[in-house]
Amino acid sequence: MRTVGNEASWIGIAKCVARGIRYRVLFHTLEAGGGYLSQACSSAEILAVMYTKVMRLPAPGSPLLPGAFRGVPGPNNRDYTTGALYNGPRDAEHDRFILSPAHYALALYAALIETGRMHEAGLRDFNKDGSSVEMIGAEHSPGMEVMTGSLGQGISQAAGIALARKKKGESGKVWVFMSDGEFQIGQTWEAVEFAAYHGLTNIGMYVDVNSYQCDGKIDSVMGIDPLDRRLEAFGAEVVSCPGHDVVRLAAAASEWKGERPLVVLAQTVPWQGIEVLRQREPKFHYIRFHTDEERQSLADALQSYETEIERESG
Amino acid sequence: MERCSRVHARHLVEWAKDKPEVLVLSADLTSSTEVDLFRDAYPDRFISAGIAEQNMVSVAGGLAREGYIPFVHTFAVFLYRRACDQIAMSVAYPNLPVKLFGFLPGITTPGGATHQAIEDIAVMRLLPNMTVFECGDATEVESVLDAAIAVNGPVYVRMIRGDIPRLFDADKPFVCDKPRVLRKGADVAVFSSGICTEEVMRVIPALEKRGVAAAHIHMSTFKPCKSPIVTEAIAGASYGVVTVENHLTNGGLATLVAERMVECGTVKRLLACGIRDTFSHGGGRAYLMKEHGLDASAVIRAVETLVGRPLDIPESEISAGVLPDTPKGSPSEAL
Repeated sequence: MRTVGNEASWIGIAKCVARGIRYRVLFHTLEAGGGYLSQACSSAEILAVMYTKVMRLPAPGSPLLPGAFRGVPGPNNRDYTTGALYNGPRDAEHDRFILSPAHYALALYAALIETGRMHEAGLRDFNKDGSSVEMIGAEHSPGMEVMTGSLGQGISQAAGIALARKKKGESGKVWVFMSDGEFQIGQTWEAVEFAAYHGLTNIGMYVDVNSYQCDGKIDSVMGIDPLDRRLEAFGAEVVSCPGHDVVRLAAAASEWKGERPLVVLAQTVPWQGIEVLRQREPKFHYIRFHTDEERQSLADALQSYETEIERESG
Repeated sequence: MERCSRVHARHLVEWAKDKPEVLVLSADLTSSTEVDLFRDAYPDRFISAGIAEQNMVSVAGGLAREGYIPFVHTFAVFLYRRACDQIAMSVAYPNLPVKLFGFLPGITTPGGATHQAIEDIAVMRLLPNMTVFECGDATEVESVLDAAIAVNGPVYVRMIRGDIPRLFDADKPFVCDKPRVLRKGADVAVFSSGICTEEVMRVIPALEKRGVAAAHIHMSTFKPCKSPIVTEAIAGASYGVVTVENHLTNGGLATLVAERMVECGTVKRLLACGIRDTFSHGGGRAYLMKEHGLDASAVIRAVETLVGRPLDIPESEISAGVLPDTPKGSPSEAL
């Protein structure tokens, strides 16, 4: 794990992980001719802070190399493996991680690599036939534990896990990464009211509030404001913070009173770190290249990341 | 045949006594799904999820991942219609031991189309990893819990409640994929399920008196369905096969029997009694069974068609059912 500049503290590490996430996702988007790039731009600091500071996860030992897809779960599939392995062995004390919008899988894979949990060679299998490193992650995909590609189900499943852990007296928490578009879904609100009513003080959520969804800006599709007050009314403890500020992101969790489920609304920007993407407003959901110029502009962005990384490691 | 009341309510409390891993989830229908006694007996194992079935099903998936066995209770329609995606992705895909109990099957409620589960078997049996049961009497309501918990994965149980008959010996429990051969006969094979089995039992003596030997098979497992009992009964029916179900004739029992016929290369007439490609409406059980043609007289008409002659069985010759007839104009089952 590298550090940025002279900041040898976790802050430097988190910033470095965030940069690595953007770099790796950009690299693969260029290689594949398209990808969920803006999701990495907006979520890089959130995932970096969750993995380096907020979540208490056991180390997996050495970075794991993803294998081939070994079949879907079923009564006769004993070879089934879960992506939760990358978050370390399961025990009562440690935390758990649930990625709700599975479209962020590539950003998660990059975060796992940057934090020494997944072997970087694993990304070579990204979105390849027969690979477990799927484009939209499934529960066998690195870092994933439940099926969440159908939006809104992650928080409910996490609430079930949190309730079970509470019943068993486990001290570990359940952390959910969510996207803001999921707050248009009825099930999300059912889950928040459930978590609040059942006193699930062991569940925390980081929401990537990048204000965009597939059809464009959220306000132009179906507004969800005021999200903070809505969530508070549903019984959550809500913290709103700048989503690219690693210190503020971490403070949101450390200052959690622990009396209600926590929701951190991380205010982010979908072109953060790759300024040229801004021209695509309002369509950020899946980045494609329509012209050579578009490809070149992103290749230039990749080059500047490489230069920056080389300069600091050299 | 005896008449029993609130069988699930009492039995579940006793059955779950030494099973701390069993949790009951309810979506505001606790008495209506007969888990009120469980709630009172084991408040720590009862989870009230409110009127929020999608969340309830996904929460059940999360609980099952942690070693619990969630027993989800609500009306069948609110499971497979409202939370189909949640059942598929939060429960069935990961093959989790979540047991889904769907009440008010078919036209067993006067609640009308919003409350009548008429395509649940079709939907649930299409889901990979899902096992699908239906209870036909008190014995099956009592023994389906053992059958469900023995399955390594999710189970959908189509449940009956309130006043129900005991059609089968109490010492002959529900067994997964083991149809009950209630009568043997070489002329026609009648397959029935759920509340329709009693209807067939009511007409068998009259058929025999007219020289028609009908085999009668009660089906309580829709998936898996591999038992040779089914194919043997089909093969042994010289005139053909009748199915009777409290469900659409598409996707349920009739479809299942037809699939088995085709698999075996047996070509025979199959007459399906059941709800025919229509929604229903509010009304008493006897009234709706007659209207949709899934009662005793509908079975007789189907058998007449197969054997090719009128049997002249008057209504008075059809033996009485265990449950009292619904009083005219006032459907008996409350919501």
